[in-house]
Amino acid sequence: MDFENQILELQKKVGKLEKGTKDQLSMVVFSGDLDKILAAMIIATGAVAYDMQVKLFFTFWATASLRDPKKKASGKSFMGKMFGMMLPKGKNKLKLSKMNMAGMGAAMIKGLMKKKNVASLDELFKVAGELGVVINICEMSMDLMGFKKEEMIDYPNLNVCGVATFLADASESKVQLFI
Amino acid sequence: MTTEELKTITANQIVDARGTACPGPLLAAKKAIGEIESGEVMEILSSDEGTKHDIPRWCEKMEHEFLGIVEEDSYTRLFLKKA
Repeated sequence: MDFENQILELQKKVGKLEKGTKDQLSMVVFSGDLDKILAAMIIATGAVAYDMQVKLFFTFWATASLRDPKKKASGKSFMGKMFGMMLPKGKNKLKLSKMNMAGMGAAMIKGLMKKKNVASLDELFKVAGELGVVINICEMSMDLMGFKKEEMIDYPNLNVCGVATFLADASESKVQLFI
Repeated sequence: MTTEELKTITANQIVDARGTACPGPLLAAKKAIGEIESGEVMEILSSDEGTKHDIPRWCEKMEHEFLGIVEEDSYTRLFLKKA
């Protein structure tokens, strides 16, 4: 290989390396529990403050937390309606993964958070939206549970996409998390 | 800088993040740093214990010069110089 080709080859490799080390956080948000979504959103907003780009991939149980309780979607199948009824309608109806005690635990945590000035999920989503945190919702999960895009929250960077989008984001992120 | 030296500093920008929990003070600092010029000093007031560790690490990353901490009774004053 002559010298010029070697340089070109190196430039290609450097380009790939640079792309592979974006200052970005990719997170799979899988759980639909209040505590876990809270942790995900605190890490996400913290990462933006830490000057990182943040991309969240909401899948499976977590998709229910993105529903807007004020919105309705029509044309659902029987199973879709069942899932819609059984799963929490939005982020303010989530349960704790431990010590939920029929909602008493969740209410206690929310009370404590208020007392200790920890931002609520509503506030965290608002801040995340303002700071450009991207939320990608898994298309397959939505389809499986019969959720429609029109019943999801108003959020500036909300997309419905597939696993390849997550993989593309994750492979060029310095930090990847699964919650 | 020593505590005595820090106490004499008049910051160009004071960010009062007292009463907010993690990551509130960091978010407040990130927002406010855009409002000052390079070389100017910013002071962050925080009652969150974690901030004492978070702000120096954040400065390291953003290449701001972390000047130090002054402990008050119920909060901490953190000083930094914008890169």
